[in-house]
Amino acid sequence: MDDLQLLTWARGPGLDLALGIFVLGVVWRLIEVYALGRKRDLAPARHRTGASGLHTVLRRSMPPPGMLKTSPVSYIGGFVFHIGLAIIVLLFAPHILLIKSLTGLSWPGLPSQFIDMVAVLTMIAMLVILVDRINKPVKRFLSTFGDWFAWVVTFLPVLTGWMAVQHLLLPYTLMLALHILSVELLLVVLPFTKLFHAITLFGSRWYSGKINAHKGVPV
Amino acid sequence: MSATLEKGLHALREVIDAPIASYFSSCVHCGLCADACLFHTETGDPRYTPIYKLEPLRRVYEQEYTVLGRVKKLVGLAKPVDDAMLDAWQELVYDSCTMCGRCSLVCPVGNDIVYMVRKLREGMAASGHTPDGIRSATRRTVEIGGPMGLKWPAVANVLRKAEEATGLKIPVDQPGADYLVLLSSMEIVNYPEYIEALAKIFHKAGLTFTVSSDAFEATNAGIQIGVSDLARTIVTRIVEAAERLQVKHVLSPECGHAYMAIRWEGPNLIGRPFRFEVVHVLELLDELRRKGVLKMKDTFKDPLILHDPCQIVRRGGVLDAPEQLIRQVADNYIPVVDQQKWNWCCGGGGGASAIHTEEAEALRAKAFQVKKRQIESAGVDTMVTFCANCRIVIEEAFDHYQMDTKLLGLTELLAEHLED
Repeated sequence: MDDLQLLTWARGPGLDLALGIFVLGVVWRLIEVYALGRKRDLAPARHRTGASGLHTVLRRSMPPPGMLKTSPVSYIGGFVFHIGLAIIVLLFAPHILLIKSLTGLSWPGLPSQFIDMVAVLTMIAMLVILVDRINKPVKRFLSTFGDWFAWVVTFLPVLTGWMAVQHLLLPYTLMLALHILSVELLLVVLPFTKLFHAITLFGSRWYSGKINAHKGVPV
Repeated sequence: MSATLEKGLHALREVIDAPIASYFSSCVHCGLCADACLFHTETGDPRYTPIYKLEPLRRVYEQEYTVLGRVKKLVGLAKPVDDAMLDAWQELVYDSCTMCGRCSLVCPVGNDIVYMVRKLREGMAASGHTPDGIRSATRRTVEIGGPMGLKWPAVANVLRKAEEATGLKIPVDQPGADYLVLLSSMEIVNYPEYIEALAKIFHKAGLTFTVSSDAFEATNAGIQIGVSDLARTIVTRIVEAAERLQVKHVLSPECGHAYMAIRWEGPNLIGRPFRFEVVHVLELLDELRRKGVLKMKDTFKDPLILHDPCQIVRRGGVLDAPEQLIRQVADNYIPVVDQQKWNWCCGGGGGASAIHTEEAEALRAKAFQVKKRQIESAGVDTMVTFCANCRIVIEEAFDHYQMDTKLLGLTELLAEHLED
């Protein structure tokens, strides 16, 4: 199999397979989690403005008072790489073309040079976060294979995509094929690793907000 | 009922619901919850990271409720939860967790960590991995009536003394009263002034109240240890007395876990809504303040800070009343940085104060350093709080650090300055 054949496979059957596993995996995991349900709270509720599931979904996107100062690396690094990933995935012109071919939806992208810069910043932020995970006693203590693995499968698509665009190290065709394959790996493992937080965090924040809102506490 | 690993694992399987599944699926091991936990901030020990304290529950969730976990278990890759593990976790789930719930406020993915600790304790208790101190307090509550083994004649004696001191009648078992007043053993034994304060305030407000001879104890050790069956037994006593006496309200004392037990867990424990309303004493006082009944003859002059008990404020939802009330009576109230729902625990809630091993006591003293810093940076000699358990824990810590800070109960402080 040469580079072009690999790219063709990655773009065709590979992508279909990965997307299939991703969609089925997400649906399965969502059922697995949320079908468990929860008991109705029989204590009479106390109402208070600012306390609800939705409030908490939004509120937890920002650091709570004082926390930015205690853990600046986690918050700033976290913000940079999450926003960076969103910009790269959704606003890079070739990605928009792919999304259009899959869904028919399309929107304007950002200049390639800008995306380049975002990709570099994202990788720097991810490296800083990685170093923090190694250095900070609590993070190192909590870390399992899953944490390192999730970091690698998230980092690879950014790195290979950036290298493909910059024509670094490997021929473009091969690098692009590797890029697509790395994204497919990410899609396949997402529902079954901690990366699934990308989806469940909304449910978690909502539950937390709702359960505490019942007591009139905005959390 | 004897405790076994089997029962413990069964209890853990039973408590897992969609929120817990969602929480475990969302955790990214960012470790931010550690910064919110006084046992971690004051010791620096990463084992005290709140989410880590839940590892036994997480394992049961993964191995029983996820396909991947079940596969791992089948091929022998999953580490099972065994007695040795639960034994090792006992210290993390009880000694170093007061269920203060501060961690639940900071988790970026929104995990309600303390919600899970409460559930994990069901499994710990069912498998027999609970501290002796909490276990005996629970036994005394179920068998005798209160965690300190206090019986009615002793209580009646204290009430009689309060009647003598105030010149006011404290009605016992009187049907149709506005309020059934609950007490905590600690108040009866250590802070009987609370009862006098209440009698004065009720008299002043023109409200009727009663104490029940078979349901005076408000605290619920069943909730602290994590046995819902026992917690139900203890709550049922109050429900039966309140409904028999046909009172409109049940007044929860200052005590934090008592409020949690009767106000929030109570109806869920007995499986139906109450036929009376549960009110925290500060909610009542704040209502009287708004109505203008709570007039002061003079004010307290010394600078002071407020210690917000976790189960009443952060976890109980009585958010604004304490500050409103303290402003009513104190001229020099100084708000602390982490106040109201952000307040730091005294270090002895959730049953922790009943654990009297050397290690647990040393850890509690260490955890108190956060409170000590709050007092020192405010530069005050007086702290006011409204939980009998917080008061015991804080006074022990004052002794330990040889601090001469004064600690006052909010209700008593108000009663002392109440217009005659």
